[in-house]
Amino acid sequence: MPDGHASEDPIERAVRAVLGSLSGDMTVTEAALLAELEALGREVARAKTEIAALRVDDINVSHIPAATDELDAVVSHTAAATNEILDCCETLEALQPRLSGQDAEALSGAVTRIYEACSFQDITGQRISKVVAALKAIEARVAAATAAFGCGNPAAPAPVAEESDSRTEGERLANGPQLPAAASSQEEIDRLLESFD
Amino acid sequence: MALDKSTSVLIVDDYKTMLRIIRNLLKQLDFDNVEEATDGQEALAKLRAGNFGLVISDWNMQPMTGLDLLKEVRADARLKDTPFIMVTAESKTENVIAAKQAGVSNYIVKPFNAETLREKIEKVLGHA
Repeated sequence: MPDGHASEDPIERAVRAVLGSLSGDMTVTEAALLAELEALGREVARAKTEIAALRVDDINVSHIPAATDELDAVVSHTAAATNEILDCCETLEALQPRLSGQDAEALSGAVTRIYEACSFQDITGQRISKVVAALKAIEARVAAATAAFGCGNPAAPAPVAEESDSRTEGERLANGPQLPAAASSQEEIDRLLESFD
Repeated sequence: MALDKSTSVLIVDDYKTMLRIIRNLLKQLDFDNVEEATDGQEALAKLRAGNFGLVISDWNMQPMTGLDLLKEVRADARLKDTPFIMVTAESKTENVIAAKQAGVSNYIVKPFNAETLREKIEKVLGHA
């Protein structure tokens, strides 16, 4: 078991305390206990070394913030592009009075389809928000795990305490878009609503 | 039944792009009397100050969700009969049931098309 009492964790302290209390001739049981404790101490030291070698601080300090920044940029760029498309649609709609008959209808129909398609930005934005929330949960758990082993970076974000559930029903049920396989279609929702009538 | 296209409509969504899309789709349906809010609290303040004939609201907003807005509307003596359409990506059965129990007039799941929006507006205003 490595030295360095100042930085040892509670398990190491407990092992040292037990070892210090053993004196004189030991029974077979005590010797077996001593061997188990020494093995436990070595295991703890090895785990700490392996966690340090993984450079888990990089996850919280570098990788996760970079990933969330990239995702924020995706949302920002798609929003800008969508607004540009909507600007063009509004310009086209302004031309509609100059057309007549089938041409006017064709233009109106095409613009409507573009409006419908542009709602992708809302759905993708909500999906990306869910991914960012998942990354933040991972970040908090990594911070908690490294803190528990005493090998975390003091500059890393503190683990987030579990929030008490004081949310409203609307907040609790707000989960964002479902994956297609789990989502109800408009037809299924219509049938469900009609079942209340 | 002919719809009253002069009906004042409040659309509520925290995505500005979505507000713009719904506003443009409503314009194509000849609804020109449209106002916007970006969350439930702002919407409630506008509803209490104004005279709206239809609310079209998203669910997932902060600091007040669409479901919480709906409950506030139904609990308000002056607003309680206002037709309320939820337009949301929340497509779980439990969400639809919660909205129905809170008094939603109709429910549209995103992404939606203009025809679905027209059909639901006709349905709720026809029954209003």
